[in-house]
Parts: sequence; C-alpha cells; structure tokens
Amino acid sequence: MSDLSALYEAPGPLGRRRNRIISVLVWAGLAALLGYVLYRFQVTGQLAPEKWTPFLYGDIQKVLFEGLLNTLKSALLGSVLAIGIGIIFALMRLSERRLLRVIATACIEFFRGLPVLLIMFAIYMMFDVSAFIAVVGGLALFNGMVLAEIIRAGILAVPRGQREAGLSIGLGSFRTMWLILLPQAFRTMLPTIISQVIVLLKDSALGYIVSFHELVYAVNQVGRAYHNLLPTFIVGAAIFIVINLGVNAFAVWLERRLATSRR
Amino acid sequence: MDTEAIVQLFVSGFWGTVKLASWTFVFSMLLGTLLGIMRISPIPVLRGAAGAYVTIMRNTPSTLVLFFCAFGLPYLDVKFGDDTATRSFIYAVIGLSCYTAAFISEAIRSGFATIPIGQAEAARSIGLTFSQSVTLVILPQAIRAVVPPIANHVIAMVKNTSIASAFNNKELISAMRNAVEIRGDLVLTLLVATAGAYLILTLSLGWLASVLERKMAVKR
Repeated sequence: MSDLSALYEAPGPLGRRRNRIISVLVWAGLAALLGYVLYRFQVTGQLAPEKWTPFLYGDIQKVLFEGLLNTLKSALLGSVLAIGIGIIFALMRLSERRLLRVIATACIEFFRGLPVLLIMFAIYMMFDVSAFIAVVGGLALFNGMVLAEIIRAGILAVPRGQREAGLSIGLGSFRTMWLILLPQAFRTMLPTIISQVIVLLKDSALGYIVSFHELVYAVNQVGRAYHNLLPTFIVGAAIFIVINLGVNAFAVWLERRLATSRR
Repeated sequence: MDTEAIVQLFVSGFWGTVKLASWTFVFSMLLGTLLGIMRISPIPVLRGAAGAYVTIMRNTPSTLVLFFCAFGLPYLDVKFGDDTATRSFIYAVIGLSCYTAAFISEAIRSGFATIPIGQAEAARSIGLTFSQSVTLVILPQAIRAVVPPIANHVIAMVKNTSIASAFNNKELISAMRNAVEIRGDLVLTLLVATAGAYLILTLSLGWLASVLERKMAVKR
C-alpha cells in the first residue's frame, strides 16, 4: 500500500477547513515545543553568546577537524576491512565444504549477537593494541559479519543461469563466483551495503568510550574546556548528520546511475 | 571470595541491562508507533515533523544521542530522580528510546507498504473514518508484517544499552570493567562471560521473534 491516499478521500470544504485547523494547531504545538526548548536554553544560559562564539576560534575548529578526520579514517578503514570480511564469510557460507559453512555460520551468529562496544573492548584488552586498531577491528568484525549476510543474499539473488553459463564455458566454481556472481551481487546489494557503511560510520562514535580521539571525543574536550558542552553536542550532531546525508545522497545517485546503465 | 563478588557483579549487571532494555522497549514502541502513524497522516505538518525527527535521529550516532541526554540535559535543568544512579538510568532510557523510536517508526511505515490497498479501500468504503481504519484495519495487519524488522531493531537496542556503561549505569559492560579491575588475570574469562550473557539475550530474542513471526503471519 504505497499509495496512502486511499485512507482518506480528497477533503471537501468542511474537511479542508478541519485539516487547516488541525494544521494550525500542530504548527502552534510545534512552535510552542520549540519555544519551550529555547526558553530552557535561555534560562539556563545556554544561548549566551560566549557559549557559541568559541566555534569561531581557529584552535577549536582545529580540534574538531582532527576529531572528524580520525572518525573518517577509522570509518573508511573499517568499511574496507568489513567488505573484505563480508566477502570472505559470504563465500565460506556458500562453500561446498560443510566444515567451512559451519565455521562461517557460527562466526556470523556469534559476532552479530554482540555489542560493537564489547568487541572493541575485547580487542583492546586482549591484544594490547592502540585504541585506533581496537575501534577499526570492532567496526570491521561486526559490520563484516552483517555484510556477509547481505552479500550472501545478493549472490543467491543472481539468476541461476549466470552460474550455469559460467561453469559451462569452463570457469571453475571459484572463478565463476569471483568473476560472474560476485560482481553482479555487489551491484544489486550496493544500496544496502552503503546503508551498512552509514551504520558503521555512526558506530565509530563508540570509539570515544575506548578513548579513541574521534569526533565525539573532540566534542567532549572542547565542551569541557569552554564550558559549552551542550552547544558543542549540537554542532557535533550537525556534523554527523551532514556527513551521513552526504553518503546517503551518494547512495541514491549511485543507485539511479546503476539502474540506468543496466537498461 | 573474589569469585563470589564477580558473580554478583555480573548478575546485577545482567539485571541492569534487562531492566534498561525493557523500559526502553516500552517507550520506544509507544513513541515509534506514534511517529509511524504521524508519517502517514493526511496532515502535511505532522508528516513533515515526524520525517524531520526520524532523519535527525537516524543520522546521529547513538553514542551522541545518549551523551546528549546524560551530559546535556542536566545543563538544561532537566532532572529526574533523587540519586545519581536513578538519574543516569532515566537519561539512558530517554536517550535510547528517542533513538530506537526513529527506527521503529520507519519499520512500521514500511509495514504499511505491505498491506494491499484494497484493505484501506474496504475500510473506507464501509464508512470507517481515517483513525478507525488505521487503528482497526491497517495497524493490526501492519504490526504483524513488521515483527521481523522491529525485532532486529529491538535486538540492536539491547546491544546499544552497552553505551550506557559510559555514564555510570549498572549493566553488563560496566560489570565486566569492574570485574577486570578486581581480577586482571581473568580478562579472557570475563570477556567470554560477558559475550555469553549478551548472546543469551540477543539469541533468545531472535528466537522469540521467529516464533512470533510464525504465529502472527497473515494468511492470504
């Protein structure tokens, strides 16, 4: 039921008036809510100029920018590794050897059932590595297992004839998978893979808890130094939202491009 | 003596995680359903407001949302409870509920999309109003269709409760970190125990979801 208009007829004069009244009430309610929030900000002194002007200082911008850079670095490396792990485990799950299938299924179920934070802590405590490695490792392991399931579904969705054609022209089963099935699976699954990358990017914020110096860490540092924690939180959230919307827009563009090039 | 203390730590941690997840489940379902209905309402403002909320929440890291509640709300003098423990617990429930509700509302909205349009037309043609056709005809069917995606979001939420360990909440991760401080030589055992506790929660929820899904599936 993608067309929801069946739920209500086109409103007549009376209905239009009612809708208009409700709209006005909702607007008023929203305005009141926003006003109340601003009022709370005002009475607690969070709107004072000295809470917001620090963002114009070069050194604050530098700290935030370095945090952002670390967030992007960990997310990028994490995504690349996660896609690698995803491909390996997807292939293992589809393997003809029972042992490989069982191992892959166990790993996937195990890591998908754990909080990413726990995986990061585990790497951090067990292997005496830097916080960066722990964050990247946690992101890659968890999201890799999620991606494995996504890629597997993509491979299974490729028409059967493709595999048969690959085998019949003399490619081995691995080369059929690698040259024929996987590229097509990747293409159909690209939107889902990108939305998983967004999840990964957001989860990189967990790095703060294992004291990795990423964006949330920088936000906290700035907020405590300049006593403007709340404004810095809002700026930090805005940065994340802009990046994620950017990645999202890229995904939509890519999807459309792939859809036209296939026609 | 150490062992006993550690076991006790883990039991209270496990209970803390369950308590946090249960309260969050209730509130995020309520808020999520409300937002889901707002997103299909005939009034554009309601749709827009709910859409904006979902976009903001979905693109902000859960860590940031929770920290905003735990460290930001006190600055606004929004405080509940008398002692710090209750206070951090309530902040955690608020943050997690607001975050999870956005995903639940998306799942519910996608559930509406699976219902044949004839259902809505039939409801309208026998004279049910918008709110009647939504609450009596559409929503009951949509809820059934969305059991699997909602279960996924709930499982993710249970795992997200781990973030609350960063601001003195008693749950599994903080129990593990305390235990490691008592017995640093048992790191591996403690990690495995924590993982096991989370797996018990997530795998049993997954199993419950598949049972529910089978029981509630709409036969067409």
